[in-house]
Amino acid sequence: MKSLRKYLDNIKPQFEKGGKLEKLHSTFEAFESFLFVSDKVTFKGSHIRDSLDLKRTMSVVIIALVPALLFGMWNIGYFHFKSIGMEAGLWACFFHGFIKILPIIAVSYITGLGIEFIFAQSRGHEVNEGFLVSGMLIPLVMPVDIPLWMVAVATAFAVVIGKEAFGGTGMNIFNPALLARAFIFFAYPGRITGDFVWISGLTGRENIVDGFTGATPLALASTGAALPSISDLFFGFVPGSIGETSKLAIIIGAIILLISGIGSWRIMLASLTGGLFMGYTFNLIGANHYMQIDAITQIAMGSFLFGVVFMATDPVTACQTNRGKYIYGFLIGMFAIMIRIFNPAYPEGTMMAILLMNTFAPLIDHYVVEANISRRLKRAVKTVKS
Amino acid sequence: MENLLNLFVRSIFIDNMVFAYFLGMCSYLAVSKTVKTSFGLGIAVIFVLMITVPVNWLIENYLLKAGALAWLGSEMADVDLSYLSFIMFIAVIAAIVQLVEMIVEKMSPSLYNALGIFLPLIAVNCAILGASLFMQERDYHSITEATVYAAGSGVGWFLAIISIAAIREKIRYSNIPAPLRGLGITFILTGLMAIGFMSFMGIKI
Repeated sequence: MKSLRKYLDNIKPQFEKGGKLEKLHSTFEAFESFLFVSDKVTFKGSHIRDSLDLKRTMSVVIIALVPALLFGMWNIGYFHFKSIGMEAGLWACFFHGFIKILPIIAVSYITGLGIEFIFAQSRGHEVNEGFLVSGMLIPLVMPVDIPLWMVAVATAFAVVIGKEAFGGTGMNIFNPALLARAFIFFAYPGRITGDFVWISGLTGRENIVDGFTGATPLALASTGAALPSISDLFFGFVPGSIGETSKLAIIIGAIILLISGIGSWRIMLASLTGGLFMGYTFNLIGANHYMQIDAITQIAMGSFLFGVVFMATDPVTACQTNRGKYIYGFLIGMFAIMIRIFNPAYPEGTMMAILLMNTFAPLIDHYVVEANISRRLKRAVKTVKS
Repeated sequence: MENLLNLFVRSIFIDNMVFAYFLGMCSYLAVSKTVKTSFGLGIAVIFVLMITVPVNWLIENYLLKAGALAWLGSEMADVDLSYLSFIMFIAVIAAIVQLVEMIVEKMSPSLYNALGIFLPLIAVNCAILGASLFMQERDYHSITEATVYAAGSGVGWFLAIISIAAIREKIRYSNIPAPLRGLGITFILTGLMAIGFMSFMGIKI
């Protein structure tokens, strides 16, 4: 550790102003603050001093994602061995998933961070930690058999068009991880929908046991087939995108986010309420078998919880005002269930609902602020008159 | 009734003028700098659409369409004036836009000044003519249907312009790469917003 510090101190002058490698300043800065706490402090103006900086925030979100990631690895292995009719132990399952998922994570981080570094270099600002979470979310919302080059293209699209074009971390209007998924969804729909993409090794359809299908609960629901039991849905013994299967793991992540105060409880609560409201409304209408599915089951299926906990609460793309957060969350929950049921082309509505509400979040904020101003104005006028 | 509601929702979300057909882009891009002015323009577009489309529907069905002149007597029954539809539609739109301009100038001079040249330009806003032509092409059966369709398209356009105006207000101070500032980023935004609106594509109500 000490020798590393010494080495960094040794080469530091080359990156300072006037040094030989001045242009690579932000790259050096990024590595230094990644390895050690940077000694650079702000020296002008008044600031709130808080240890919860961007790096810490991002690390907490990553920690909250770990249960879902670990469970996802096991789940991938479990279904792989199940599909070829083999019994496998806990570690065999986990290891299979681990070697399947690791390349996706690596590709997502290398592409995304590579682009971030290039942009930081050429635009002369520091590398932000913003991609750390997106880079982890992108693999978690992908099906396991996705070709790696697609992950790379989608990540590049999300980072360049979705984020860097708007000025980098904190400026984006749309959630980069969702943009990456939407990109694949519309550009290569065959790789992200259907019954065969969710289980590793099923794309070639070889050695499959008779009667095994890789259909997700949502696919079963839209055809009217029998659903897995609620405990299977809750613990995650169902196929699906890598991170979305286990509701238990997601709830653990949600608790971490809520305790640390990083995820907004307003958005989570409002989205759940919105989803349940829509679910029960459809229960009352009950026009087809999809509408008759119990609202609780509806929430436990697919990526609803994952989206609500990790994507809707993204502090950059969500509403900034407290009242706006309730409206934003409620509409996400409503639209997610509505799109799922009404739109036969999309088996899952959470991704589209969040992207759609990302569009409207600034508008909601605008009107919440306007309403505040006019309310206060009225109060002030009343005080002056009386 | 259910049919009309369906048509209304369809024309707002699924057949959105901006995000599905990319019509009316000139004023959409030029006047969307603040929410306040785009709100005014959006309302003006809804108003103009709700008058022009029904009027054009009447003209289409009682003057222009093949056999529309049958009410004048049997010798007029096979007259087909539909080649006149473009010029008739445009004339109606131009006249009504003049009317709206006078009303806005009288009622709200500040909005009139803020909208500037774009108010008279509604006359050549492709969304307005587009709605009349879609009305002709899709052959709506009654004047109620045409009005509901016009209202829906107007509300869809209105939603599009105020939501992009709010986003543009939000990103006003963002450090956007220099070549993309202004219209460039607005085009990218419109494309990304259209992805969001694709959630409604294929919905059958």
